[in-house]
Amino acid sequence: MLDPTLLDGQKFQITIQRLCRQLIENHNDFSQSAIIGIQPRGIYLARRIAEELRNIIPGQTILQGDLDITFYRDDFRRREQLTPNQTKIDFIIEGKKVILMDDVLWTGRTVRSAMDALMAFGRPEKVEFLTLVDRRYSRHIPITADYTGIEVDSIASQKVVVSWKETDGEDKVVLLSDKN
Amino acid sequence: MGLSTRHLLGIKDLNVADLQLIFETADNFKSVLNRPIKKVPSLRDVTIANIFFENSTRTRLSFELAEKRLSADVVNFAASSSSVSKGETLIDTVNNILAMKVDMVVMRHPYAGAGVFLSKHVKAQIVNAGDGAHEHPTQALLDAFSIREQYGDVAGKKVVIVGDILHSRVALSNILCLKMLGAEVMVCGPTTLIPKYIKELGVIVEHDLRKALNWCDVANMLRIQLERQDIKYFPSIREYTMLYGLTKPILDSLDKKITIMHPGPINRGVEISSDVADGEHSIILDQVENGVAIRMAVLFLLAGQTG
Repeated sequence: MLDPTLLDGQKFQITIQRLCRQLIENHNDFSQSAIIGIQPRGIYLARRIAEELRNIIPGQTILQGDLDITFYRDDFRRREQLTPNQTKIDFIIEGKKVILMDDVLWTGRTVRSAMDALMAFGRPEKVEFLTLVDRRYSRHIPITADYTGIEVDSIASQKVVVSWKETDGEDKVVLLSDKN
Repeated sequence: MGLSTRHLLGIKDLNVADLQLIFETADNFKSVLNRPIKKVPSLRDVTIANIFFENSTRTRLSFELAEKRLSADVVNFAASSSSVSKGETLIDTVNNILAMKVDMVVMRHPYAGAGVFLSKHVKAQIVNAGDGAHEHPTQALLDAFSIREQYGDVAGKKVVIVGDILHSRVALSNILCLKMLGAEVMVCGPTTLIPKYIKELGVIVEHDLRKALNWCDVANMLRIQLERQDIKYFPSIREYTMLYGLTKPILDSLDKKITIMHPGPINRGVEISSDVADGEHSIILDQVENGVAIRMAVLFLLAGQTG
């Protein structure tokens, strides 16, 4: 059987580092930028990226928030009951360059909802999207990531699970099939 | 995880998990209400009819605002200006409204049990916005939510409900809700306005306002419902005010600070004086603000079940 692990250990760390460098390359000064993680699983990626950026460019204030999209989803009343998570954005996003983050990009519907939810807080100057894992060829709507950790080809019955040191004990990305 | 009930007819149909889910959802909606754009698209494919067979300002407005903030389509109906006065029955009225493809009905009615009756005869989900002297669940939820917001938790808090307990749907729903959340509840008022069997709900009965206030953390002052009183329950409003009216001197004479609540509408100078109603201990307007968030939570959670 194939090893289901897509990313772990040093490779995981290098990927996070690379994403941070790409962000620095594009944003340079982060005073007008904000990092926003999408609840529930994107917040860990956003927190990790913000923490790494603070290490790489000390002295810079990195704005970071959590965004819940439950009330903006397009599948409300079409699936089991949705329960909301907390939204925590303690800064003004009007005029900021916002980088939305989620651990896995799949159908793209979450990102669309997140853009809707984000606009309720004001009009950002620009919105970008960063994902750790891009499940290619499975989009339901035309959405692409500006920054991608790894790309994966997978089928619908498979599941990509991202674990984090802080909550799950280790940094790891695995591709689960029905069999495992 | 959703609510354990398909309609919101009364607090007694809910369990503790339901209450916590409603409060947590309302926390989120309260933060939505503080955003520059206070509207979410969740209920954009839902139509809600507000059917009021009894007068209301706050509750109707609060429900309507909650529905609009959730992007639902809203139709309003007041019995006084409708065919009800031409002799149409409740079921016929509601079925006619539902024939226009309405998904949910928010109803206030002067008869106890009207919501339960309707829920058995029509397809739509029913939210009880007050049925006679029976229940007013969303008011109890927003009162408990306001206490939770003030103290962090409702459990262990001492709450006294003062006034016309006999005719009050707010009192009954509040007692059920607060007891379920682990609060201690006392009712206070003239003997004639306290139902004989109220103790069976596990509440303490007190007839002395000063003793009640010294005991409690929160005092919920109710209005004397003259419109429901077919006989004289006390000699005069003036005497009621002297014995049960909450004034600044009484509040100042207590050895602790208590939180003052009132479900509205206030009869200033009767059950509560103006300086207390507008004073620093009053959370009356916070209750109104929380009302919208609580009603959004209830509608959101109920609507989410039909998927």
